[in-house]
Amino acid sequence: MLIAATIAILVVMIMATIRAIMGPTVYDRVLAVNMFGTKTVLLISLLGFVMGRPEFLDIAIVYALINFISVIGVLRYSDNFTLKKSEAQKK
Amino acid sequence: MQVISALFLLIGSFLCLSGGIGILRFPDFYTRMHAVGVTDTLATAMILIGLILISSDFLVDVKLVIILLMTLFISPTASHALANAALHNDLAKKDKKSNDEVTSSNS
Repeated sequence: MLIAATIAILVVMIMATIRAIMGPTVYDRVLAVNMFGTKTVLLISLLGFVMGRPEFLDIAIVYALINFISVIGVLRYSDNFTLKKSEAQKK
Repeated sequence: MQVISALFLLIGSFLCLSGGIGILRFPDFYTRMHAVGVTDTLATAMILIGLILISSDFLVDVKLVIILLMTLFISPTASHALANAALHNDLAKKDKKSNDEVTSSNS
């Protein structure tokens, strides 16, 4: 069941990557990347159990924190002037 | 204990998959965010509870509980910040307009 859950999470990560590539707005991409990061935390903890090395959980904790900080950082940046301007130029 | 853990992992995988299908198939940004924001927290909690049930070490349990608590706090916060930023940058108007175009072209 551990391996089945790992495969399911890998499939979901592929789906999130597809949305991140073809997302029409910046926020779709940020949403997909956020989901990808959450699923990465789950994948690392599951792989630790599959391979019998639960020390991987430390990496999962650090990855959860990095994911949160990066999403908040990108959102603060998107409130900025430059990103809006580049979006307007694209249209 | 193995059976209960397998049940939790199965529910978590199902929720993950439904969130993934939701992010691919839903038509506009806010519905996609609904799919992800709702399933993400519960799926993470289910899978981590399933892992807690089969782990034998106390330290591993503590780490899993730390990850669980962190996800419970972080995931809604990130969703809220994302929706807030999208609203402040007038994403609603654009999406509404494109939806109106879609419905008018359908009818």
